Amino acid sequence: MSITTSDAPEVHGAEPAAPEAALSPKRSFRSDLVRTYGPLLGIGVLALLLLVWAPGSLSPFRLGNLGKYCCWALAAVGIGLAWGRGGMLVMGQGVFFGLGGYAMAMHMKLEAAGPGKVPDFMQLYGNGTMPSWWEPFRSGPFTLFAIIALPAVVSFVLGYAILKRRVKGAYFAILTQALAVAFSTLLIATIKQTGGFNGLNTFTKFFGQNLYDPAVKKNIYMIAAGLLIVCLVIVWQLYRSRYGELLVATRDAEERIRFLGYDPANIKLAAFVVAAIMASIGGAMFVPIAGIISPSNVDATASIMLIAGVALGGRASLLGPAVGAIVVGYGQTTLSEQFPTQWIYFQGGLFIVVLLFLPFGITSLLPKLKELASRRRTTGESAA
Amino acid sequence: MSGPLVSHDYVEVRDLTVDFDGFKAIQGVDVTFLPGRLHFLIGPNGAGKTTLVDALTGLSRGTGSAEFRRKDLLGMKAHEIVHLGVGRTFQTASVFEKSSVLQNLDIAAGMHRKALGLLLPRRTVPERVEQVLETIGLAALAHRPAGILAHGQKQWLEIGMLLVQDARVMFLDETVAGMSADEREGTGELLRRIAGERTIVVIEHDMDFMRSYADFVTVMHAGKVLAEGTVSEIQAEPRVQEVYLGTVAEVGSNG
Repeated sequence: MSITTSDAPEVHGAEPAAPEAALSPKRSFRSDLVRTYGPLLGIGVLALLLLVWAPGSLSPFRLGNLGKYCCWALAAVGIGLAWGRGGMLVMGQGVFFGLGGYAMAMHMKLEAAGPGKVPDFMQLYGNGTMPSWWEPFRSGPFTLFAIIALPAVVSFVLGYAILKRRVKGAYFAILTQALAVAFSTLLIATIKQTGGFNGLNTFTKFFGQNLYDPAVKKNIYMIAAGLLIVCLVIVWQLYRSRYGELLVATRDAEERIRFLGYDPANIKLAAFVVAAIMASIGGAMFVPIAGIISPSNVDATASIMLIAGVALGGRASLLGPAVGAIVVGYGQTTLSEQFPTQWIYFQGGLFIVVLLFLPFGITSLLPKLKELASRRRTTGESAA
Repeated sequence: MSGPLVSHDYVEVRDLTVDFDGFKAIQGVDVTFLPGRLHFLIGPNGAGKTTLVDALTGLSRGTGSAEFRRKDLLGMKAHEIVHLGVGRTFQTASVFEKSSVLQNLDIAAGMHRKALGLLLPRRTVPERVEQVLETIGLAALAHRPAGILAHGQKQWLEIGMLLVQDARVMFLDETVAGMSADEREGTGELLRRIAGERTIVVIEHDMDFMRSYADFVTVMHAGKVLAEGTVSEIQAEPRVQEVYLGTVAEVGSNG
């Protein structure tokens, strides 16, 4: 398929069916338009499904589940940016999911305890005194600020240290994976401060709203799904920006980028930080929907599950990571209801099959099918 | 030190040594690259040509000095050297295969862009990029992915990427290797066109190409400068013939 526009007419002579030769400026303008705004159309369809169709047709229980998938999808969109476009296999996004999740959970725990009171588990496991770093999370605005700022600072410091040392490829993946292991181990070890293995749960209120009210639950779902759409639009803009082109170029030829006068570490660092913030927002919204955040939501296994969704959907595509995360989440719920023990094998198998046969995920099927269809059409025409 | 030259847009290398764990790939090299001429760097394999360029572009560490615009290139990081106006190409063309020709040039041209400006999409083709597309003869292929380009076209694209950056010094590492005769000629003419005020250093194995286009030649051997001069001076140099016998004998016989 390496026919160039300039030599196509010579090669094919008077054959008008050659698609490249038949490209009129008008058509290429239209295809430019489709290429630029087509993805936005896809986001629009997803928005309709998540924000209009789902709330109207799903039971509150199913809607809650879909809300959880949306939270994972938020993290997945960030992974798509860092891994798909930036080439950084971020295997420890659970850490940032956890930072947002625990920040939100601490606030909700304090809200449940009431003003001036201490969360219940601290009386159970400790002597009933609260560590001072919990105190600021009584404030709602501070918590919202922390959900963005905490992962931004942590990912900047970690990313700076890792990327400036030019750690990449498998080493980068292992390092981030190790961070997730360390993070969950730390959480389990600090039961008096973080609830340990049980995590933080039994919340009653979400920013003053009764968490048991179905209308509130629905609103929380709407916020999560809405944030997912917002993040998709942000990523869409990033992908079509000059930064997006630069990021892909850095992924494909990092040394070349260095010899064009850029520092590749800075380019990748920006994607890493944005991915961390998106994971954190996902984690924060996960807490009021799931009603719990525990080390098992943020550990290495949880991080890999996020990666699996992104790989399934198509890591470099715009919608692939989000759709993949939702599909994997749905699969986990339904299949684990029926085959509680085998599900994990099924998931692992799916991961392997996708990476072997569809390395760019299910969304890469679409252009392939389109190409196949157009090839069939042109051969049909030339045969006729 | 700068003598009659007013401009500082030339590279003055003094006593450059590159030491790879005890093996001296380059030893006490003195060479000056002046603007406005095609300066060829020749020598047998292992003579240290690429190592010299690596040291001057921040890829490997060297001792000595390499002054350009009153700064010593040897102490600088690769991307800082590029910002100073010194660019290079590689033996194997390394363009961004999945990005279009235009994107490749736009990325190269973006070196001086502000970070926030990067968040916007490219709406128009920068004038400079458009000019360079014409200069390197790839205007018709602007929107094609660079991966489909022929070998020669990729090398031209690389040169184009240095042009949009307005690099004052260009090190071109075996640019015409593997090119067809027509492509070589095209490349030679391209280099003549862009030389002007620039300092262009061509590392080359191809003696015919050197004879046709070199204004000045530096011969390297075993990490040292063996001889310098015009093509005819080099061919007449007995030491060159002595050490560099096979190839130079051929140069002599053909020239």
